[in-house]
This record gives sequence, C-alpha cells and structure tokens, in this order.
Amino acid sequence: MTAAIKAEGLRKRYGDVRAVDGVGLTVGRGEFFGILGPNGAGKTTTLEILEGLRRPDEGTAELLGQSSWPRNPDLLKRIGVQLQASAFFEKLTAREQIHTFASLYGVGPERADAMLETVGLTEKAGTREDQLSGGQAQRLSIACALVHDPELVFLDEPTTGLDPQARRNLWDLLRQINSEGRTVVLTTHYMDEAEELCDRVAVMDAGRVLRTGPPRELVAELGVDSLEDVFLQLTGREYRE
Amino acid sequence: MSASRKAFGSLAKAMTLGLLRDRAAVFFMLAFPLMFLALFGALFKNSETPKVNLVQIGQVQAFDKLPSELDDVLDITKSTDRDQALEDVRNGDQDAVIWQHGKEIELRFSQADPAKAGSVQSIVNSVVQQANIAATGKPPAYRLAPGTVEDKSMKAIQFFTPGLLGWAIAMGGVFGTAITLVNWRKKRILRRLWLAPIGPGPVIAARIGVTLGLALAQMAIFLAVATLPFYGLEMTGSWWLAVPLVACGSLAFMSIGLVVGAWAKSEEAANGLAQIIVLPMAFLSGSFFPLDQAPGWVQAVSGVFPLKHLVTATESVLSRGGGWGDALPVMGGLLLFAAVLTAVAAKIFRWDAA
Repeated sequence: MTAAIKAEGLRKRYGDVRAVDGVGLTVGRGEFFGILGPNGAGKTTTLEILEGLRRPDEGTAELLGQSSWPRNPDLLKRIGVQLQASAFFEKLTAREQIHTFASLYGVGPERADAMLETVGLTEKAGTREDQLSGGQAQRLSIACALVHDPELVFLDEPTTGLDPQARRNLWDLLRQINSEGRTVVLTTHYMDEAEELCDRVAVMDAGRVLRTGPPRELVAELGVDSLEDVFLQLTGREYRE
Repeated sequence: MSASRKAFGSLAKAMTLGLLRDRAAVFFMLAFPLMFLALFGALFKNSETPKVNLVQIGQVQAFDKLPSELDDVLDITKSTDRDQALEDVRNGDQDAVIWQHGKEIELRFSQADPAKAGSVQSIVNSVVQQANIAATGKPPAYRLAPGTVEDKSMKAIQFFTPGLLGWAIAMGGVFGTAITLVNWRKKRILRRLWLAPIGPGPVIAARIGVTLGLALAQMAIFLAVATLPFYGLEMTGSWWLAVPLVACGSLAFMSIGLVVGAWAKSEEAANGLAQIIVLPMAFLSGSFFPLDQAPGWVQAVSGVFPLKHLVTATESVLSRGGGWGDALPVMGGLLLFAAVLTAVAAKIFRWDAA
C-alpha cells in the first residue's frame, strides 16, 4: 500500500520570503502525524501545499498515491480538511452547515446528523455559527471535515484558543478518529498536545523540517526532559512574530 | 450530474438563508426601495392635474350649473368675506377670487404661478362663454369633442416604478454579490469549496440563481404594490418583457458586484465602494427623477451605466407600450456589460485575504 503522504523537495516562495524551503515528509497509513513549529515556521503553507490548495514552486506531494496538484476531485473525496479559520456559511445553524458540506460530497442528511452526534453537537444543531463557543465551532468544523468519511484528515491548529476542558474533549475526538483507521495530520504549537496524540512529529522552522520522529525518541535523542525542550533546543528561544 | 445539482441546490439554499436572515440586507434591498416607492407614489400622486382653488363670493349665476367635468380641475369654496379671500390669494393660499357685480363677473388672481394663472383665466372664461350661449336660448353652433392621446408625460407611478425597481435591483445585485465574495474569501469558504470535490459550475450557478431569484422577487413585490388601486400603475401590453430585462440587468449589476468584491479586502471597503457606485448611478440613471431636463453631458455620462438603460427600457415596456424593439438591444447591451466586467473580476480575483 502506498503511503498516506509522500512529499519531496517542496518549496514555496512569497517574494523574498522562503515560506517552505525544501520540505520532505512521509506519513504512513493510519498514522497520527504532527507538524510542530513556532509561528511563521511554514507549517500552514506546508499543510496547504499537501492539501492541494497551493501549487509548490518546486517539489511534489502525493496523497494516497495521487498527486494533490493539479486539483483532483477523485482524491478530494478521500481527504478531509479543517482550515485554520473556521469556514462557515454566514447565518446558518450548525445543522445547516454540516448538511451543506455533506451535500457537496454527495453525503445524505442522516449521515450528517450522525456526525453532529459524534462530535456532541446534537443539542446545538439549531444554533447559528456565530453563537457557538470556540470549542463548539472547532468541533463543528472537524465534523464538517469528517462528514464524508475521509481516509486522510488534515487539521490546522484545531485546539488553538480553546479552554483546557474543550481541548481535552477534542483530543478524545481526535484519538477516536485516528483509532477508526484514518490517517490524521495536524499542526500545533502545543507540545503537550503533540506528545499526547502523535505517533510521530516533524519539527519545522524557517521553512524546513529540522527533525522527524516519535516524540519519545526525539526526547531521548537530544537528552532532554520533554518535547518542549526538544522544540526549544531545535528552534531557539528568541521571540517570533 | 445529479451530484452537481445537489451541490447547486444546497449552496443556493445556504446563500438564500444567509441573505434572508441578514436583516440589514433585506431592509436595504427590499424594504428601503419599497418605502421610496410608497412615499414618492403617494407624494406625487396628483401632481399632473393641479386643481385650481377658486373662492366664490356671494352669488355668481354663471357658476350655478357647472358641468361635472370641471370637478377634476376646479375646486370652489364659497365665502362672503371678499377682503379675506383677496388676502388669501395674495398669500398663495387660494388661486383666485370671483364675484358678480351686476352683469360684470369679476375675477382676481395672482400671477405668481403663470401656468395656474393661465388655467384660471381659461376655465372661468369658458364657463362664462357657455353661460352666455345658454342665455341666448339657442343651441351652440360648434361643439368641442375632447379626447386624450397616449401622453408622453405620465402619471408619477408609471415613472417611479421602473426607476425605483431598477435601483432596488442594482443594490441587490451589487451589494449582495460583493459582500458575499469578500465574506467567503475572508472566512475561507472559497478555499473550503476548492477542497470539495465539486467544480466551479454549481457554485457560480447557485450565486447567479440566488441573484436572479432576488431580483424577480423584488420585481413581483414592486409591481404588486404599484398596481394597488391607491397607486394605480397601469401596465401596458408587453409589460412581461420587463422580466427578461430585469434578469439581464441583475446579471450586469452582479458583475459590478464581482469587481467590487474581487477588489475590496474587507466587507467595509466593499460596502463603501458599492455605495459610491450605486447611489450616483441611481441618480444619473433617472431612478429618482427624470433626466429629460438634465444637461446634455449628464445624459451622456449616464449612458455608461447599465441602470440607465435598464430603467429606460423597463419604463418603455411597462408604462409606455414599448415592445421587443425597445427591450432586445438593451438586453444584449446588459449581457455584454456583464461579460466584460466578469472578465475584469476574474482578472483581479484572489482566493485568499492575505
């Protein structure tokens, strides 16, 4: 079986800024993979190239054995994406949102309602998007990404801005998604989250992957106490924009 | 194919709900123009036939038996206080005073409004002449047989309905499209749709469908209100040609909205730019008042606006008995305008807000 993700030599430049500067990644089927890095490290751009939202200046990205650029509807049916900002239609309720997304994938309303139940939003089905709390909005957005039962799921900073309860809740949901056999790729800058959830992580900075491996191995390899120390040792301590 | 149709249906539904739940949008696209129609229609209802207000002092025999046709143009108040009546004419509260003095019928009027002064004289004169003929006991030698022709100057509602409807459709097309485009870019719905396994077809078709649906709904409501007996819009033969005209017009306004939405980075900017375009366009296109008296250069400038052509052609088929010849060239022009501006919008279109 081909890898879930196989990316080689990805480069993307915006003017003088090398947002992504030679990234190579391989993610196996069923793996929970984290992309870590400080702000501006190139995590989101890397994710967007992998998803097929952006065309790399150089390099190739294959998802489930198919190139993600140019846009390929057959491949898009098999992947689920949660973008950083929650992409909701204005003034629609939670149920209307997920029904709309479901129909874009040819999925019926029963399945959409079941997905709402899975993320624990059945009670909030009639609530408009702008009335949902941060955690509820994130769960809805993940539900929309999963409604068509994708094999590969991308989540861009799914827990940013959530309170500890909502974060733990979401972790359980993400573990569940992964345990059902889906490959999950997420970006985050919470080290505890990565340590808790990910089989393997890639630490990025300045558009490059500095180190890849299981969190525990990276900790051992660098002789430090936690993934946070690994992160700081690799990326330095100065402020980021 | 059915997957695309499903996607079209659900996107159209999402857009329609988003629009209908936006109270400000509903107000500005529907209620606001309708208020203008209701107000202008009522204000200018009788402006074409100003009645002459005449004060009659004491007995005036010639005025004893007035023909009923004069009720439309003449409003007679009886009084005994001549000085007060003359004062009222001086102040402009009354148009004229009449009294009889033996065989003399005295008429006093103000020259402040020459048109009115003219009609006062001619009405009173004709009444007196008729009384003279009647006094001879002979039948009149000649009779005037009056009749009207289709008049170039119309009742106000005939003019306001197409004008204000055009304005409403322009607001719906430009604002609705521009704000949605900016909002969808900002909220990354455009990106999210890119990652869904559907082509651009259903998305574009849904947007066009919703815009056309809104325009036709606006038209139905406008015509329903304007044809109420109170306003009395009379639609002429090929009025239904206004339907394809409004459809083509709303596509033209949608293309303006696309350019605005593609250019603007925020909803506020889109709103401002759309306002800067729509309001002057409405004024210069004869939405609020006729442009017949406007200087030549204003009329020339207004020729570049699709609204001007839409209003003129809609007025023609709706109120002036126009037909295909008036509608077809305008439809073609509106569609061409829409095509050109859509191409411009595609050129400056951006997927992301950054």
